[in-house]
Amino acid sequence: MLIAGALLSLPLLALFAVLVGRRDAAHSITYAGCFVASIALLAGGLTYLGGHDASPRLVLPLGLPWLKAHFRIDNLSALFMLMINLGAAAASAFAVGYSQHLPQRRRVTPFFPLFLLAMNLVLMADDAFIFLVSWEFMSLASWLMVVSDHTEEENRKAGNVYLIMAAFGTFCLLPAFGLMAGPGGDFTFDAMRIKDLGLMGGFLVALLAIMGAGSKAGLVPLHAWLPLAHPAAPSHVSALMSGVMTKVALYGMIRILLDLHGTLSWHWGAGLMLVGGITAVMGVLYAVLQDDLKTLLAYSTVENIGVAVIGLGLAIAFKGDGQTELAALALVASLYHMANHSVFKTLLFLGAGAVISATGHRSLTVLGGLLKRMPWTGTAFLVGAAAISALPPLNGFVSEWLILQSLFKGPAMPHWAMKFGVPVVGAFLALAAALAATCFVRAYGIAFLGRPRSTDAAQATEVSFGMRWSMVVLAVLCVVLGVIPVTVTDALSHAVQPLTGVQFAVSADLGWPWLSPVSATRGAYSGTILVMFGLALFAIAIFTVHRLGTQAIRRADPWDCGHPEDIPQTQYTSQSFAQPLRRAFGHTIFQARETVVMPEPGDDAPATHKVTMFDPIWSGLYAPLGRVIGWIADHVNRLQYLTVRGYLLMMFLTLVFMLLVVAVRQQL
Amino acid sequence: MNQQFSYDIAHLIGATVLMAGFSLLYQRRLFAVLNSFAFQALALAAAAAWQAHVQDAPHLYFTAAIALLFKAIAVPFALHWLVERLGIHRAVETALSIGWTMIVGVALVALSIMLVLPVTAAAAALTRESLALAMSVVLLGMLMMITRRNAVTQVVGFMALENGLILAAVSAKGMPLVVEISIAFSVLVAMTLFGIFFFRIRERFDSLDVAYLESYRGDRS
Amino acid sequence: MNAMIWQVLQIILVVALAPLITGYVRWVKARLNGRRGPSPIQPYRDLYRLLQKEAIVAHSASWIFRAAPYVTFASVWLAACIVPTFTTNMVLAPAADLIALVALLAVGRFWTALAGMDVGTAFGGLGASREMLIASLAEPAMLMVTFSLSLISGTTAPGQIVAFVLAGNVGVEVSLGLALAALVMVAIAENGRIPIDNPATHLELTMVHEAMVLEYSGRHLAMIEAASMVRLTLFIALIATLFAPWGIAQPGAGPLGVLVGMGAFLAKTFLLASALAVFETSIAKMRVFRYADFLGGALLLGLLATIFLYVSEAV
Repeated sequence: MLIAGALLSLPLLALFAVLVGRRDAAHSITYAGCFVASIALLAGGLTYLGGHDASPRLVLPLGLPWLKAHFRIDNLSALFMLMINLGAAAASAFAVGYSQHLPQRRRVTPFFPLFLLAMNLVLMADDAFIFLVSWEFMSLASWLMVVSDHTEEENRKAGNVYLIMAAFGTFCLLPAFGLMAGPGGDFTFDAMRIKDLGLMGGFLVALLAIMGAGSKAGLVPLHAWLPLAHPAAPSHVSALMSGVMTKVALYGMIRILLDLHGTLSWHWGAGLMLVGGITAVMGVLYAVLQDDLKTLLAYSTVENIGVAVIGLGLAIAFKGDGQTELAALALVASLYHMANHSVFKTLLFLGAGAVISATGHRSLTVLGGLLKRMPWTGTAFLVGAAAISALPPLNGFVSEWLILQSLFKGPAMPHWAMKFGVPVVGAFLALAAALAATCFVRAYGIAFLGRPRSTDAAQATEVSFGMRWSMVVLAVLCVVLGVIPVTVTDALSHAVQPLTGVQFAVSADLGWPWLSPVSATRGAYSGTILVMFGLALFAIAIFTVHRLGTQAIRRADPWDCGHPEDIPQTQYTSQSFAQPLRRAFGHTIFQARETVVMPEPGDDAPATHKVTMFDPIWSGLYAPLGRVIGWIADHVNRLQYLTVRGYLLMMFLTLVFMLLVVAVRQQL
Repeated sequence: MNQQFSYDIAHLIGATVLMAGFSLLYQRRLFAVLNSFAFQALALAAAAAWQAHVQDAPHLYFTAAIALLFKAIAVPFALHWLVERLGIHRAVETALSIGWTMIVGVALVALSIMLVLPVTAAAAALTRESLALAMSVVLLGMLMMITRRNAVTQVVGFMALENGLILAAVSAKGMPLVVEISIAFSVLVAMTLFGIFFFRIRERFDSLDVAYLESYRGDRS
Repeated sequence: MNAMIWQVLQIILVVALAPLITGYVRWVKARLNGRRGPSPIQPYRDLYRLLQKEAIVAHSASWIFRAAPYVTFASVWLAACIVPTFTTNMVLAPAADLIALVALLAVGRFWTALAGMDVGTAFGGLGASREMLIASLAEPAMLMVTFSLSLISGTTAPGQIVAFVLAGNVGVEVSLGLALAALVMVAIAENGRIPIDNPATHLELTMVHEAMVLEYSGRHLAMIEAASMVRLTLFIALIATLFAPWGIAQPGAGPLGVLVGMGAFLAKTFLLASALAVFETSIAKMRVFRYADFLGGALLLGLLATIFLYVSEAV
């Protein structure tokens, strides 16, 4: 079997990388092997997606003796396998060339195949044990790669925060699965599906699942590790962590909430929608003020996860209300967004990796003019930026459109919380989408356009063949996913069908090129037709202009009000671009303040411009929590230093307490 | 003309009163605040006049006249004169930024709407929408009083709150004139008191920022 | 078949009429200022003159600078082809709705902003950053207007909204008034009109849209100007169609119906253009840092429009 072979090859590749790591070629070979394995898994996922009634199962005598290891690939798993392995293949192909630029590659390459293995196993797990073990493995493998460059202080801090948050996530998921298994202790998913949880149990499981999977996906306020860990890892790993691992987390959320839990009321949907909306807006607000390209992309991931969770929340709300058609629409929209995000976020991170390997810098303050030096990377990054800004005819717009259409159906529900909540969440979503476009105009414009702001940027060269082509393929995929949306939604509805019980036909009314959920009069979109007409109009415009006018062109210096300055520092910097946004949005939320100190005339001290901002979530939640935990730890630490008599006293007190409990219970 | 159409027009005028309330929160200049208030009073007069026409209640024309003369013309002129006489700083000082004030305003409108929803539609005396609009105007007036530092803007907020009450009163069928007169007199008294207090506060502190009053509370050092 | 004919007619109409509308607005403004003003057909002459001139491109500009005018023009043109002007019976109607319209305008803005940053001057960045600030609030406001309209009429397609209104299902709604106010504010912002931006300014520090396209000359500038004109026509047509659709020919109307639709469209357009000119003459441009308040107000108006629907039982 293709899948089994691919999965088994991954640990072998890891071993190979460890043994032969000293040679440079070994790393490229390992990544090439990962590429082949990912393609094999992709093909496997493709064969199992698509209207199969029986999903393949496998029970292996591994793990716990009374539980064994259950594996199953149903439509949902197959869909996510497609997404995951596509990103993995692109990142592996990229890393074939990129790993040569990494000084710490011997600490990265062995864990990469294991990371891929763990993610695929999470998707295929059919019992709680395999799920959680693979989940932890995924966290650990990625953590090892995050701290691979441990000489930097910020990477160590990122690793610490990541490890704590990953542990928190598992800490939430363990009791969730425990509650679902119940006192009988049957940890297989089949048993969990049919078990009735009761009111309290259901509430706790939903809460824990959202907190656990949500922290891994990056929901506010549990997102704080994302903008620290994703930039710290090498770029191909960041691409996978952002584009792919967050999807595995969302898979976990969908699996627990929609499949195993089964009795979720619409309140959870409303709450999830609100959390998603806040996540989207906060994520993009942080992103638009960042200078570091990879931190910007990490915050943008937070925003997109928020958008996907809005769709998911809507689906849960509709399903809890019994409106399965609309639930299917919302879920298809959410899954489409996840698929789109995994493609364009991987593309963007790989682009950032290319920029880092070509210039040695991550900060927007020293980049510029890279499009002319790196045309392939620049064009691919442009497609990614346009896709993430939800511009037609690319894929980002289609998922945005679908989520908006399902939001517009929200007030059909009779609950007043939904009726008021849906417009508010709609406003959040629209705001997040518009700010995302702003964010990426800024990132792309500062990094790739204009004049180079440093000699490193001025001397950048295009990256190697593998790196280039992995980005180009992803860019082409962005276009394809946008232009044939109906094919994609048909594929997604196979995954949606077992979760909502509805076979969702997205173009029932109008036929293939038109996406018309619900009905034709409701509102339709056709990426194919718009592209055709758009290209036709574009051609007509060029043709007419060249006929009516002249084709002459002359190169000259740019207009600068009569003061021709050749210094690239006179152009807009990333902070200049962000200033109106900082003033409009950051004044209250981030307490953004600017102080300008202008020396008196005659004084030759430099003028200074200082911007102070503070992170409300970190300062408001994490830092105090850290302090409290530290305080508790310090005080509990005293238990380490008791005398012998002290320890005996403790044992005696515990014994007396337990006897007291027994005595009291006997009386009652 | 049919009842639905007359309700629609009434609601449209009521919405204009509400929008004027938002416009009060939006302004940064004191004279623009006074102009917005005059506009709100004008819209209120129009609402009263329309209700007088539709309900066939001639005493409401008096209400409209009072609103027009008193609140749209006299009060803004008086406050304008006060501002010039006292030499008050012409910019509006806010305790909460304008953007956030507007967001809270929208939330208050949503709250009013949620509150009136249990009332059955087209109830006998007052329609749901009129009640929601009036309550929103009242809440916005209160919001203005809370989020503005300058005493003049707080007076305007109080007047705007009062506009909301009158809007509710005219929208309900069968509200007698005595209510209008009593409200009008209470407004007059309030204006006089405020005017006196303005002069006293200004004398004392050289400013009309009410934060200065805090230091005279007595039990705090 | 008819749908194709009307669509082609629409495609030609929006481009042919756009310079006239812009010229007319300028002419009315000049008259209101006490000047004689240029003839309303002057923009046609301006565009032709620009097309004959050599395009000057900075050394540091990349292919984005050269492609952006055409992409912007094509996307705005495509968006304008979707808005029903004299008839709703068009081929493109099922391919795009109001959400796609907003996004197509965003495409044009994306490319123009990138082109502004491409040359690497301070003014380009200035224009681009201000334009994106405006967009980040105007776009959500327009989506909220779409939301309100879709809640009232049950659809996001403009043709279907027109059909709904013309069938007499909508009374005088407060929400429609609020949505109209929000859309007008958005239209002013998107088209760079006073009080957001002065289209006739020569001071770079007060520019928003002009600063982004400061480097353009010749046929590139002609394309950008043409795109602005088509965008103005688009918004005027959108406001007229969504809020005053009487006269628009529905599917199944004969040539007479289409003629009536055309007449109605022209009348409404010139009325709104006059109103725009009067409005621009009577108000001053606002400071850049008040844009957020203004457009935030538009967004909140849109949100209010949606919320008000619940109390008036239109939902």
